[in-house]
Amino acid sequence: MAEQQEKKKGFFSRLVSGLSKTRDNIVAGFDNIFTGYASIDDDFYDEIEETLIMGDIGITATESIMQDLKQKVRDQRIRDPQKCKQLLIDSIRDEMKVCDTDYEFERRKSVVLVVGVNGVGKTTSVGKLAGLLKDEGKKVMLAAADTFRAAAAEQLQEWADRAGVDIIRGQEGSDPGSVVYDAITAAKARNVDVLLCDTAGRLHNKKNLMNELSKINRIIDREYPEAYKETLVVLDGTTGQNALSQAKEFREVTDVTGIILTKLDGTAKGGIAVAIHSQLGIPVKYIGVGEQIDDLQKFNADDFINALFDVSES
Amino acid sequence: MAFESLTEKLQNVFKNLRGKGRLTEADVKTALREVKLALLEADVSYKVVRQFTKSVQEKAVGADVMNGLNPGQMVIKIVNDELVTLMGGETAELELKSTSQLTVIMMMGLQGAGKTTTCAKLAARLRSKGRTVLLAACDVYRPAAIRQLEINGEKAGVEVFTLGDKADPVDIASQAADYCKKNGFNVLILDTAGRLQIDENMMEELVRIKDSTPVDISLLVADAMTGQDAVNVSESFNEKVGIDGVILTKLDGDTRGGAALSIRAACGRPIYYAGMGEKFTDLEQFHPDRMASRILGMGDVMSLIEKAQESIDEEQARKMEQKLKKASFGFDDYLDSLNQMRKMGGMQKVLSMMPNVSPAQMQQLEGSVDEKQMNRTEAIILSMTAQERANPDILNVSRKQRIARGAGVDIREVNQLVKQFMEARKFMKQYGGMMKGKGKRGGFGGKFRLPF
Repeated sequence: MAEQQEKKKGFFSRLVSGLSKTRDNIVAGFDNIFTGYASIDDDFYDEIEETLIMGDIGITATESIMQDLKQKVRDQRIRDPQKCKQLLIDSIRDEMKVCDTDYEFERRKSVVLVVGVNGVGKTTSVGKLAGLLKDEGKKVMLAAADTFRAAAAEQLQEWADRAGVDIIRGQEGSDPGSVVYDAITAAKARNVDVLLCDTAGRLHNKKNLMNELSKINRIIDREYPEAYKETLVVLDGTTGQNALSQAKEFREVTDVTGIILTKLDGTAKGGIAVAIHSQLGIPVKYIGVGEQIDDLQKFNADDFINALFDVSES
Repeated sequence: MAFESLTEKLQNVFKNLRGKGRLTEADVKTALREVKLALLEADVSYKVVRQFTKSVQEKAVGADVMNGLNPGQMVIKIVNDELVTLMGGETAELELKSTSQLTVIMMMGLQGAGKTTTCAKLAARLRSKGRTVLLAACDVYRPAAIRQLEINGEKAGVEVFTLGDKADPVDIASQAADYCKKNGFNVLILDTAGRLQIDENMMEELVRIKDSTPVDISLLVADAMTGQDAVNVSESFNEKVGIDGVILTKLDGDTRGGAALSIRAACGRPIYYAGMGEKFTDLEQFHPDRMASRILGMGDVMSLIEKAQESIDEEQARKMEQKLKKASFGFDDYLDSLNQMRKMGGMQKVLSMMPNVSPAQMQQLEGSVDEKQMNRTEAIILSMTAQERANPDILNVSRKQRIARGAGVDIREVNQLVKQFMEARKFMKQYGGMMKGKGKRGGFGGKFRLPF
């Protein structure tokens, strides 16, 4: 019973605790600013700006948030720095508005392609996602299309065992396209709901590797046209502004439908989520906040901001 | 192409500065604001940026403009000097004990920084310098991490020590050290698990490894794409475990790599190597001064030349340089240079190290240099007569048609290649002109001449 309650409480509190360090960084800074200043002046603005940049929100999004904040302060003739807090929360929320985040692939027969640069946590995310979908009662299959990195398939196998789902593997060094092909055939035969494809890490400026992704896409389109296609880019939460460039480049070669932001536990600022929403309009769909199989959560911008500022849920 | 975006930004800033005869305090301020923004966009830590712009401002406003420089160049010089100072100036060499003694290197860092891959690269590098290297698999947490190290070790021809994933990493490390002494290895590289710097237990594990095994060098492996957090990461690892040096990975991406500056400033330890690719040979010496020059858009000619020397034998290199200077080469040389470039890691890598190649130009060139294209190019050139190769200007339509048939390509491709070749020749000519500039490192083309 207690355990169940623990689980019920789940999402929000886990998010809050997962993001605690992020909050300590961003919010502790903000609280000091809001209480530390007697009036709204340039220094006050500078310090907010600085805190935002330190949170990896990036110059462009920060400037836009600051402009919005200043405008509101002028329009509403606000003199008390403490009243700026809610305004700032609103401004950040506005920046993060994107079209509704949809998880349609969960409701249909679908192929989910997981891509990203090296070391962002693709394999781990695929493993966690498999666990998440399995818990929802879906029949899940994994395709180990990272045939390049040593032992990548073994790593995914371990996750498949943990989640208790099927996995299709190829030889190391074999063509990832053929693994995907085999996996699609198997997925159809076994009536799988969601096929999750793990791919090799590739730096987004390596042309040949990016072309390889197009090839995988073509295979999926040709062999399994009736499936719903979801392409998730995995970004490392500790990455700075380069995360934007990564998301952009992957969008060039594949039809990116969402982002998984990893490593948001610990000190990762997660501010990059704001930058991504504001500058690219690609929704963050999942965030990784720990090493366990259930440490992958659906992302909700409002909850995220509330968690950042510790606005209580009720 | 590390820093290329920052390069472009700073070039734009200084283009405006260069156009002016005299520099006012306001100019310095505008320029520095741009520098500040560029550095922040490049993910250099805010604290470091503030400190940096402050010291540049102090030096720039009060400084006498040196003879032969315009004020804009003076600011560039000061910014450059400061960057070099901040990056640590000299190239640092990893100092190993004599071959009769065991040197223990511990690799540590966040998850996904590239520790396991870098371990194998470092092992291969030290092995090629005559060391006997053992790798120890101390990452017992990540699934298949041990297997990954084993496979990499096999590829690199280095033995891997493991006790499986049930053993305590502390025991693995100390037993590996004993194994080294018994079996005559003189370098031991410990591959530890990725960990967050705020994870007290995991950080404690590193300290325990250090307590039980005589670790000589603790290397932080850091992702060049790290954001503002780079400072916190390196400060924590330094405080809790102690950092003796840094290896920066994934510098072959398009990151602006501001993390290099932040890490250097935060832990004060040298960056030894940079990971530049997927192959075991892609671990390069890190050159702080050249990196600083690269930020300022002066390219990395020194790295290029060094790389060329490694890949091409001396004799060929000298011939090549002559030809580059004279720009008198034909298709045969073009073919040679294509092959050499393949050895050096492809055209893009070469171009990225050259000065005065802006990211925009890089983009343009990119399409023309992928590997498959190189093979077709080879076929076309091999279908030419010796005369045609030596003197491309004689190529007329009928000759081109014959070549196209010979190579099995469309005549358009032949035309395109000839055009590309002419462009390349022009490009080489410029490059050759630059090489002739005064002094060894001085002379950066006509309009951009600096005395350092």
